[in-house]
Amino acid sequence: MTTTIHDARAQGEQTQITQEPPGPDAGAYDEMPVPNMSMDSGELVFDIKGLGVSYGDFRAVRDVDFPIRSNEITAMIGPSGCGKSTVLRCLNRMNDLIDTARVEGLVEYHGVDLYHPSVDPVAVRRRIGMVFQKPNPFPKSIFDNVAFGPRVGGVRSGLDDIVEQSLRKAALWDEVKDRLKDSAFGLSGGQQQRLCIARALAVDPEVLLMDEPCSALDPIATTHIEDLMQDLKAEYSIVIVTHNMQQAARVSDRTAFFTTEKDADSVRPTGVMVECDRTEMIFSTPVDERTENYVTGRFG
Amino acid sequence: MVPSPHLSSVSMGDRRTPERIDAELRRRRSDLGGLVFRTVLQVGLILALLVLCVLLVDVVRDGWSVLSTRLGDFLSGTLRSRSVDEQLGVHQGLVGSFWIAVFTAVLAFPIGIGAAIYLEEFAPRNRITRFVDLNIRNLAGVPSVVYGLLGLFLFVSGLKWFTGGKTLLSAGLTLAILVLPIVIITASEAIRAVPDSLREGAYGVGATRWEVVRNLVLPYAAPGILTGTLLAMSRAIGEAAPLILVGAVTGRLGSDPGFLDLGALTERFVAMPIVITEWTQNSGRDIGFAAAAAAAIVVLLAFVLTLNSAAILLRNRFEKRRR
Repeated sequence: MTTTIHDARAQGEQTQITQEPPGPDAGAYDEMPVPNMSMDSGELVFDIKGLGVSYGDFRAVRDVDFPIRSNEITAMIGPSGCGKSTVLRCLNRMNDLIDTARVEGLVEYHGVDLYHPSVDPVAVRRRIGMVFQKPNPFPKSIFDNVAFGPRVGGVRSGLDDIVEQSLRKAALWDEVKDRLKDSAFGLSGGQQQRLCIARALAVDPEVLLMDEPCSALDPIATTHIEDLMQDLKAEYSIVIVTHNMQQAARVSDRTAFFTTEKDADSVRPTGVMVECDRTEMIFSTPVDERTENYVTGRFG
Repeated sequence: MVPSPHLSSVSMGDRRTPERIDAELRRRRSDLGGLVFRTVLQVGLILALLVLCVLLVDVVRDGWSVLSTRLGDFLSGTLRSRSVDEQLGVHQGLVGSFWIAVFTAVLAFPIGIGAAIYLEEFAPRNRITRFVDLNIRNLAGVPSVVYGLLGLFLFVSGLKWFTGGKTLLSAGLTLAILVLPIVIITASEAIRAVPDSLREGAYGVGATRWEVVRNLVLPYAAPGILTGTLLAMSRAIGEAAPLILVGAVTGRLGSDPGFLDLGALTERFVAMPIVITEWTQNSGRDIGFAAAAAAAIVVLLAFVLTLNSAAILLRNRFEKRRR
């Protein structure tokens, strides 16, 4: 049904998509803002339309619509439980690993419906890498950690170069080049997280999804990772989930704000996307009152 | 600033005087409950060790006359009807137990570990898998005699054309089935202990399920799987009841095959626990068998301990690799 709309958007034409027939509680969305795309730079990488995720009977998040553009850092912010990590995990089909997870709506990656039955989630994850909240190096050497992705992808030669390049991109090479054979567990938390970034980069992805990558790190390590993200932006599209509004304001080009809402028929609140815009717009002149309350610290 | 009720509490007095600080910090609260609990734990440990020591000392002392004078002959000797027979020994029992160990290793371990991998990593979590899981746990609690009956019907009678009836082959298959649930449960626990963050990391760089299992889950879970499976093997080696049902010989055995004699698989057999039971019974009419039984127990213990030490060495190697 969305084919024509989608084609138009892929060519860069800025069309506001007509929302699907609103549900009974649609009143709140009449003011759904038209994303301000006047300053768009990169091409459209992801187009998320009417995305919703349920875990069993629990509706974790619904009504998510926003674009992700190349060579930009897109931040998702919002209070705990608003579904931002869930949405992030939809972008490389990590939610497939949870048996009860059900996804509705469209996630289009370069025009391909990521949830079409013919799409292979393993292939998706090789193009769309992920960095997790807590550094999760494998119980292997530093070298083997970075080489893991290429190896399972069938790369047998040139691994030394791939590992060096990935570690350089992750700004870790100088610190570990003399101990590549040592266990990754010997690194500090910040180094481990950069190792995980290097591991994700080693399969040459196009997009890097980062799920609160700095929440387990100290301020100096956080600065390292944030600087690194600015460097990586030139080559990759980055989507970051963060609890830290200052971080979103510092690093991102575009911000999507999520909040929670309690539907009449559910016990736990469901996450909803409020608005998505250029980061400076979200933090200076947000359209929605809820966004303004949140970014000014008056969230309640 | 309004002082909180706690801080202004008169009954506390001035807590900042040096005497008060000194007294409060140095006060020894008598932790009677903790002391009792600790003592109970220590007594429990000492009792367990004491029982073990008494058992060991007792069997070694009883069997010493045999172990000290003719250990070599005893290991290579066979079942005899009189204890003074110079050829009395446990060789046939050792061969039987050796093959039982081999059968559990070759059959129960791959099947059991495979089932555990499937249940933990591949099977969807639904009612059917929960039902299967529950039943495997129940099977692990089924008395071993029941497995003996199963072996009697299935391998001795049903598959007689293959096993040859009451043979070492039937016994090995029966005991492999006996320990299968234990292997599955311990391997499942070990696999479940692998942190999900590792799996996510691997899936995140585009590994398939098989690659995640092969490269991360199995190496990480290997020490735990190994410990569990070797406990299962020790159990199989110690079982006597099912062997009696599937036809272990409790008298003189005609032949005395070597350890690697495959022909012995389709012949009548005996195993160490049976030898021990038999000789203990014989000691009523021929007191010399008591010492022989005790010596056989020491040999069986040494056999199992050797296996366990091998397992511990292997596990330590795996564990080093996981850091």
